[in-house]
Amino acid sequence: MSADILQEVTQNDYKYGFTTDIETDIIPIGLSEDVVRLISKKKNEPQWMLDFRLKAYRHWLTMKMPEWAHLNIPEIDYQSIAYYAAPRKNAPKSLDEVDPELIKTFEKLGIPLEERMALSGIAVDAVMDSVSVKTTFKESLGKLGIIFCSFSEAVENHPDLVQKYMSSVVPYTDNFFATLNCAVFSDGSFVYIPKGVRCPMELSTYFRINAINTGQFERTLIIADDDSYVSYLEGCTAPMRDENQLHAAIVEIVAMKNAEVKYSTVQNWYPGDKNGNGGVYNFVTKRGICKGENSKLSWTQVETGSAITWKYPSCILLGDNSSAEFYSVAVTNHHQQADTGTKMLHIGKNTSSHILSKGISAGVSQNSYRGLVKINPAAENARNFSQCDSLLLGDKCGAHTFPYMEVNNDTAIVEHEATTSKINEDQIFYCNQRGISTEDAVGLIVNGYAKDVINKLPMEFAVEAQKLLQITLEGSVG
Amino acid sequence: MLEIKNLHANINGKEILKGLSLSVNAGEVHAIMGPNGAGKSTLSSVLTGNPAFTVTEGDVTFNGKNLLELAPEDRSREGIFLSFQYPVEIPGVSMVNFMRTAVNEHRKYKNLEPMSASDFLRMQREKKELVEMDNKLANRSVNEGFSGGEKKRNEIFQMAMLDPKLSILDETDSGLDIDALRIVANGVNKLKRPDNASIVITHYQRLLDYIVPDFVHVLYDGRIVKSGGKELALELEERGYDWIKQEVDGK
Amino acid sequence: MEQQYIDLYTAHHESIKKHSAPAMNGLRDASFAQFEKLGFPTVALENYKYTDLKESLSIDYGLNINRIPIPVNPYDVFKCDVPGIHSYLYFVVNDGFYPVTDPRNTQLPDGVIIGSVKEVAATHPELLKDYFGKLSSTKEDGLIAFNGAFAQDGFFMYVPENVVLDKPVQLVNIMRADVDFMAVSHNVIILEKGAKAQLLVCDHTVDEVRFLSNRVTEVFVAENATYEHYKLENTHNKTTNLSTLLIDQDASSNVLANVITLHNGVTRNMIEIDVDGEHCETSLCGMVIGDKNQQVDNFTSIIHNKPNCNSRELFKYVLDDLAKGAFTGKLYVAKDAQKTAAFQTNRNILLKKTAKMRTKPQLEIYADDVKCSHGATIGSLDETALFYMRQRGISADEARLLLMFAFTNDVIENIRIPALQDRIKMLVEKRLRGELSKCEGCVICQ
Ligand SMILES: Nc1ncnc2c1ncn2[C@@H]1O[C@H](COP(=O)(O)OP(=O)(O)O)[C@@H](O)[C@H]1O
Ligand SMILES: [Mg+2]
Repeated sequence: MSADILQEVTQNDYKYGFTTDIETDIIPIGLSEDVVRLISKKKNEPQWMLDFRLKAYRHWLTMKMPEWAHLNIPEIDYQSIAYYAAPRKNAPKSLDEVDPELIKTFEKLGIPLEERMALSGIAVDAVMDSVSVKTTFKESLGKLGIIFCSFSEAVENHPDLVQKYMSSVVPYTDNFFATLNCAVFSDGSFVYIPKGVRCPMELSTYFRINAINTGQFERTLIIADDDSYVSYLEGCTAPMRDENQLHAAIVEIVAMKNAEVKYSTVQNWYPGDKNGNGGVYNFVTKRGICKGENSKLSWTQVETGSAITWKYPSCILLGDNSSAEFYSVAVTNHHQQADTGTKMLHIGKNTSSHILSKGISAGVSQNSYRGLVKINPAAENARNFSQCDSLLLGDKCGAHTFPYMEVNNDTAIVEHEATTSKINEDQIFYCNQRGISTEDAVGLIVNGYAKDVINKLPMEFAVEAQKLLQITLEGSVG
Repeated sequence: MLEIKNLHANINGKEILKGLSLSVNAGEVHAIMGPNGAGKSTLSSVLTGNPAFTVTEGDVTFNGKNLLELAPEDRSREGIFLSFQYPVEIPGVSMVNFMRTAVNEHRKYKNLEPMSASDFLRMQREKKELVEMDNKLANRSVNEGFSGGEKKRNEIFQMAMLDPKLSILDETDSGLDIDALRIVANGVNKLKRPDNASIVITHYQRLLDYIVPDFVHVLYDGRIVKSGGKELALELEERGYDWIKQEVDGK
Repeated sequence: MEQQYIDLYTAHHESIKKHSAPAMNGLRDASFAQFEKLGFPTVALENYKYTDLKESLSIDYGLNINRIPIPVNPYDVFKCDVPGIHSYLYFVVNDGFYPVTDPRNTQLPDGVIIGSVKEVAATHPELLKDYFGKLSSTKEDGLIAFNGAFAQDGFFMYVPENVVLDKPVQLVNIMRADVDFMAVSHNVIILEKGAKAQLLVCDHTVDEVRFLSNRVTEVFVAENATYEHYKLENTHNKTTNLSTLLIDQDASSNVLANVITLHNGVTRNMIEIDVDGEHCETSLCGMVIGDKNQQVDNFTSIIHNKPNCNSRELFKYVLDDLAKGAFTGKLYVAKDAQKTAAFQTNRNILLKKTAKMRTKPQLEIYADDVKCSHGATIGSLDETALFYMRQRGISADEARLLLMFAFTNDVIENIRIPALQDRIKMLVEKRLRGELSKCEGCVICQ
């Protein structure tokens, strides 16, 4: 089943490019301290949150956009973006209060907002433009002490947790896009798994940009307390528009002693058309910390969308015996550009990390893996193994690998392997000989190539991802 | 010659040997048999001083010396040889250089002059014949690219070169076809003398048709749970290990 | 830091030019302007991230702008007699070509020119005009710009069409001074079609003062030519060695560069090989044995611009004590360079907790029909192999040595001059044993 995902993505046009006609509360374009205050006010935030935003905003003004990535990023006019857009009806108490158009949108996308309909048993937080529209299964999770809600609700109802952990993994000064997010973020998801609780279902956030000329700046905070477990899924789409939309999100994960967090993403923002017009700029800062002993963090990502992807889900291995994984498939086609990878910072003793990255480039796209493995002087017996493969499906695309290894302890073993090759013509011929068209053969081979990563996705998500991909173009092109 | 008393050893905190005792005299061949994971290889590692294992209790003396105090290389120079269950590949280190270094270090220990190049080559040639080892193997890096059988033969070749007092053969028979088995066993038998001894660790009775043991021991769960003559091996071949497990676990 | 050199140039550019050759002065002002703009590289630059030159560059070095002869007889200090190596022997003392003609050098094949750049600029201006600065002047690099502004001489070698140099050419760089000293030189090596040459460069320091050398070497390898470049560094730990080796390969040429650092202070080898013709073979390899405070950064690029070429890159580091190693291996395959096969390996062993290694392989590939791979490892000696050897009676120290030696062996095996291979084996073994790794009879490396 997972086999079809990539095939669909590489071979079909974008299917989620519809917009939804709903009343939207949108603030005028532009960015200033007043806008930051306005966002905070619209969200009825406490003073400490406003202070945090302003601190970040003032710092952002001193920063420059990073240039080190192997990307060609057109000038972005930060004054022509609207930093807040929300469906007019806010914070529905029950499904009846949700705008029916909105429900339709998410149904079209295959997102089960209706709890009774949620056959797959996934709890969903759906974020449209700037705000969280509906979180499902909240009550049944609540019985276990699990908090799963929108970020805004968390600020209101769990300020202590938010204050303690927000920006504890990604400081507000971290990087240009993260700092921008800190200033203007609108909403996102919040998860807290209490001590000793295994979250019984997959938690999922679904992001969608709908309104025109808006940026989406959400942030997600996941805290897994001692001996807990959670698997978290993230999906995203956007309508087709000629102009570029900016998405600058932050995800922070804290794993305490013996906790395990799995974070999976199928990123399918609008990549732009065949000629490179439009598409989402996806500049995301994702980072987790294995804070406690024996904690475990795993990132799995299938990156298929966006015009430009700039994203390095990273792990700080602080706790002794902690371990981290990064599994990634990044597909670029047409004019897409991706510069993605991970950072593994080994600090505690006996920490281990594993990186598996598969890049697939087609069309005139550029696909780069960039990764850092750093072993601190006190990180005894650290282990890392990285494998980064690139597959080229045309002679006009590029595949690049930029691994950095910095080792400061002689008990470490760090290994890196990378290969770049074109798709094997013998394999295609073999398929042809068995009656399989070249197009299908490429699909099969590419899927086989990416299988090790796709297999890491939770079953439920593979189903969901497949559903996302199965929406027909009919009537959905906006 | 070798006296093991109440030996306890662990790896990464996991106890594997749980009070093992055994004594071996000059001229004897002891077979140690036992199910997978019983601790047979652990015993050979501990006797040869593999730093991965920690001895927590017990004594081992070898010709009157406290073996556990000696560095691995000194145990070797005292005459303990281990034919590894999984011989290690050492890329870049040539067999000749490796063996010459080993032989000369042994000689130095005995206050002998290093061997001349021609003597060394002559000895190497002789010993190679003993295990019918291909000449080309000697020009390669240690065990690199050797087949399973070649690696085992190479172990016996090294044993012949170093002329040990006590040889421990850890599953030297596994992975050998019948011809190779005969060659290896022949080699071992030719090296047998009244003043040396061997411990033959094996799974199968097959090897014991060629190398006839004076004693057979069953190692199970970190201890020797049964000892007997060579008939015990036949009995094990026939009945497997379950009855022994039951006997032990039942108690 | 830059200011004193800017002032120096502003005040003395006339005499710098006067004591150099016109062919070398052509790009000088432009290089200086470039240096004024770029300054010395800092760790803020991606390319210099792993080598901090601040300390090395803060020393007040003397420069020999007026080309005052240095009183040293290289034959007194340098007595390299690698058994079986017969070479053409040349000396550069600091940054000047040593003017004694070695009797061995009289039998050079016809047409071969070996000498100082300055001399050749006078006798064969046309040769230099076409080549000097051709590869270096396009680089955006503060050190190369500095070299362009200050270099007044260098080593020159020309091998005409189809001429094969029967013996290796040995170039001995000797650093000799009574005060902290900076040597800046620019070498040019030209191999015409079908020519063959081997160059062995040895770096030595004689005096206990601080040295900084900034050397740029441009090598032009024409069609079907074969060039081997061996560099052996054996300098003291107060030396900063900033070397740039730029090689341009034409069709069907074969290039081997092997850079070995046995002893040094701070070294940065920038090596770039541009493969600009089809059917080329390229091997780039090197080794570093570092202890104490040694710092070595090999910053390498192989640029495949044309199809059907093969390249292999292999670098190995053994680092002890507080040694710091860095390796960058950029492998670039241009859009049209189809059927490129390029393989890169970097393996590193850290012997102590305090040693540090940074490695940054980097594949940039724009052609689809390629086979490229790289592998990098950082670790310590294989414990199971160590135990195996000790079980055979080999002492722990000896076993470690054998493993380290084996580890570096494949780099040494890439030396195509058998006598040199033996010699380097011996030096490496001595070095790994912690003995002085100087050649017998040679009194340079005290
Ligand atoms: N490096 C190790 N770490 C943890 N356990 C080990 C290690 N090596 C061996 N063991 C365990 O020790 C036990 C005995 O192993 P071994 O001595 O190899 O058995 P045998 O040779 O009798 O088959 C097994 O349970 C094995 O899993
Ligand atoms: Mg065993």
